[in-house]
Amino acid sequence: MATTDVGLHGSAQRPAAAPVVNNMSIQVATVNGSGSQSSNTVLLKTIFHMGVPVSGKNLFPSNIAGLPTWYTIRANKDGYVARKKEIDFLVAMNPETSRDDVMSLAPGAAVLYDEPLKLSSLRDDLIFYSVPFDKLVAPVCPEAKLRKLVKNMIYVGVLAKLLDLDMTEVDNALRKQFAKKVKAANLNLAAVQAGFDYAGASLTKHDPFRIERLNKNQGKIIIDGNAASALGCVFAGCTVLSWYPITPSSSLAENLIEYLKRFRVGPDGKATFAVVQAEDELAAIGMVLGASWAGARAMTTTSGPGISLMSEFAGLAYYAEIPAVVWDIQRVGPSTGLPTRTSQGDILSTAVLSHGDTRHIMLFPASPHDCFEMAMDAFNLAEKFQTPVFVMSDLDLGMNNWMSDPFPYPDKPIDRGKVLSKEDLSKLGGFGRYKDVDGDAIGYRTLPGTQHPAAAYFTRGSGHNAYGNYSERPEDYEGNMERLRRKFENVRSIAPGPVVEKMPNAEIGLIAFGTTHWALTESRDQLRDEYKVATDYLRIRAFPFSQEISGFVRSHKRVYVVEQNRDAQMFSLLRMDLDNDLVAKLRSIARLDGLPIDARSVTEEIAAMEEK
Amino acid sequence: MATTPAAPKTNRIGLSVIEYRGGKSTLCAGCGHNAISERIIDALYEMGVQPERVAKLSGIGCSSKSPAYFLSRAHSFNSVHGRMPSVATGTVLANRGLMALGVSGDGDTASIGIGQFIHLMRRNLPIVYIIEDNGVYGLTKGQFSATADLGSKLKTGVINELPPIDTCELAISLGATFVGRSFSGDKRQLHAMLKAAIAHRGTVLLDVVSPCVTFNDHEGSTKSYKYMKDHEEPLQDINFIPVFEDISVEYDPGTTLEVSMHDGSRLRLRKLEEDYDPTKKIHAITRLTEAREKGEILTGVLYLNTQAPTFLDMLNITDEPLATLPASVVRPGREVLEQVMEEMR
Repeated sequence: MATTDVGLHGSAQRPAAAPVVNNMSIQVATVNGSGSQSSNTVLLKTIFHMGVPVSGKNLFPSNIAGLPTWYTIRANKDGYVARKKEIDFLVAMNPETSRDDVMSLAPGAAVLYDEPLKLSSLRDDLIFYSVPFDKLVAPVCPEAKLRKLVKNMIYVGVLAKLLDLDMTEVDNALRKQFAKKVKAANLNLAAVQAGFDYAGASLTKHDPFRIERLNKNQGKIIIDGNAASALGCVFAGCTVLSWYPITPSSSLAENLIEYLKRFRVGPDGKATFAVVQAEDELAAIGMVLGASWAGARAMTTTSGPGISLMSEFAGLAYYAEIPAVVWDIQRVGPSTGLPTRTSQGDILSTAVLSHGDTRHIMLFPASPHDCFEMAMDAFNLAEKFQTPVFVMSDLDLGMNNWMSDPFPYPDKPIDRGKVLSKEDLSKLGGFGRYKDVDGDAIGYRTLPGTQHPAAAYFTRGSGHNAYGNYSERPEDYEGNMERLRRKFENVRSIAPGPVVEKMPNAEIGLIAFGTTHWALTESRDQLRDEYKVATDYLRIRAFPFSQEISGFVRSHKRVYVVEQNRDAQMFSLLRMDLDNDLVAKLRSIARLDGLPIDARSVTEEIAAMEEK
Repeated sequence: MATTPAAPKTNRIGLSVIEYRGGKSTLCAGCGHNAISERIIDALYEMGVQPERVAKLSGIGCSSKSPAYFLSRAHSFNSVHGRMPSVATGTVLANRGLMALGVSGDGDTASIGIGQFIHLMRRNLPIVYIIEDNGVYGLTKGQFSATADLGSKLKTGVINELPPIDTCELAISLGATFVGRSFSGDKRQLHAMLKAAIAHRGTVLLDVVSPCVTFNDHEGSTKSYKYMKDHEEPLQDINFIPVFEDISVEYDPGTTLEVSMHDGSRLRLRKLEEDYDPTKKIHAITRLTEAREKGEILTGVLYLNTQAPTFLDMLNITDEPLATLPASVVRPGREVLEQVMEEMR
């Protein structure tokens, strides 16, 4: 007899509902540290290799083991990869959250659950599949202490059967996942098979969800943003990394270390890089400044709390004009709270980080591809403009799995900026460190160790004249600040420009940046299809803002600025930058609940504001 | 009658001492820091250090201004308060050919910068780190610092009730490989120690008591010229024989310890305290503790280890400065990117 529990009343009793193919969100609810990551990766990769666009988002607690964690896999034939608000298929493995997990589902969703949880009585408008995980795992995994880990592979098999996944792809994904660990791979494969066989023998499919092979992922890769950023830094010629561990940026440093060890050790066995795990973020940025001052391509990676600690040095770097590359993998809030949740909350504070008058270049990657390319942009801009550059990634981008086209080999040359050599000095006789000789507000620098008697200069904060000599003269200070302002203005036309996507007859404009992009792309289609609202869309990629942005605002009736924070930080920066008549056109949609933003919420909010 | 002026005296690389000078000091007349700057100039000159090979690094305070007053031909970085160690670390990593010369004060090192100081000492980064130690904050007008001795009195009559942080003791226990204490008024000792410091490979920490004539040179201060003259207890009579000076003088191994430096120079320490062995950490710590209890200021080479690997050895960095590696070395080829892309499929 089939053990499928189907609610007896209401809408759930509709096994004949129209099939939903390649359009679903699967959520796996487990306990942190139970090894579900391997199972989820196998599921993700299987769907990916079946040619169906897919994304995977890990929602995890600030905890090593024991607290609830959720992993959401979204498969979508149209290529939407943002978080979907509604869950279609729940895999309930965690006794602690299963009740809430089930209660939050929309009617018609399917639930695969661990038998002892007895969830089927909770709702009568869902489709339930009960699976006796412990009974199934025992015969395939004789070693009792491994069962907790192997147990999670069983749901892969059950889902494979229910969703019609290609078992050959499951097999491939699993073998790749366990790479050289053949024994572990075999053990886990047996668990998958046990789940698959159980579902075939004992479950009757009542839900409409299926995966069918498509051909949309040809040539694509799956990578998280932090790995992509790390790879970008390797190819950008980074030579010094100093960092302090902090979620969600640690994996950027760890990936970078791994790549550097693999690809940047010379034939003599010597490293063409230096990595220091610093004592704190103050030291991390201090080392970056020392190294950049002496001519290395130096970087650090951190998150909001680290950015706060780097504040004083960031100001010094701005005034003393020292390059630095800082990755900010944004997360929620200070201290404890939601350190493992995504946010775009450091925009405003980073733009003017430090005391006194400061302005910093920020880049906003939206995809792993951006992460890879912006690594190069960041180093080139930092050295060209002799100033810190902040790459504002976030947890959603940095730590989650994204599909991407493979990264093209960098065609941009490595731009080391204006550095005078010994030979240059011999020709010139001398130089003024902060003198604007080219009219672009960027002075020439020399590196310590340059063997020329006129090479040296004294580096200090704001009180210097064009020759780097100490000065408290009002005209020197003002002149220097004015030059710094002009220098920053010049970044506008050189930093990565915005990307604009248009629809015919659109009067409404949307502005977003970073990972908000993915919800926006989907939301624009919803607005067009469901509300007949056509929109043009501009994605900001850098601060200071390109002139194109004011043109975009000017050419639209209303412009919605969408972002993942409470205080409308990008909106505020735009208000500071745009002319008053343009500011009046801006509307803010700023929301953050700790989850990556979803299209539906944006769509409904814009639709409601448009109907007013 | 016209006379030909005598050619100025030059060092082994053909530079006169004037090439080692800096800008005019803006510190108070009589400040110990100025004497230390003079000793640095002399030591660099006599050692024949190419000025352009030096990177001067400092934090914030009177001490940290002083790099402007010597060796103008070297790059200098006056960073932020207490953070010179990290800036110095980055600088040395970027260009291992530089000689890093860090100048800090007691506030800059022992209070706001204690975290970075401690971690620098752990790494044995090649650097000469000088603390110009006067026990007070000068630029903010005379507050106690964390190296002020217990019971020391401010001009205002305030008594220090907290025990001092002994930077030398910390440095020894944490891993610095050349630790010494001196006095800005002890010209001969400081001069010899600085020359040895330049020859050392690894972290040198020199705590140089340097009286503040404006805020801490009065009766009741334990960092005044008078107090130092009365309480300085030199451990050794120090002689430094650079590798390029071929001098062989007989010495008595019973009373003199000779140490070979990494570059072949020799540091000859004639023992003033018979039992003191500066190659033994535990001796140094014990003796420093005793001295503190007795109110003595021990000076000389407190600890020396010429064999320990430096941070650069540990990191196995390539010989050429990272700063100037060409793109062909720092950007891997197409096949590497393709390989990684394949792994992500």
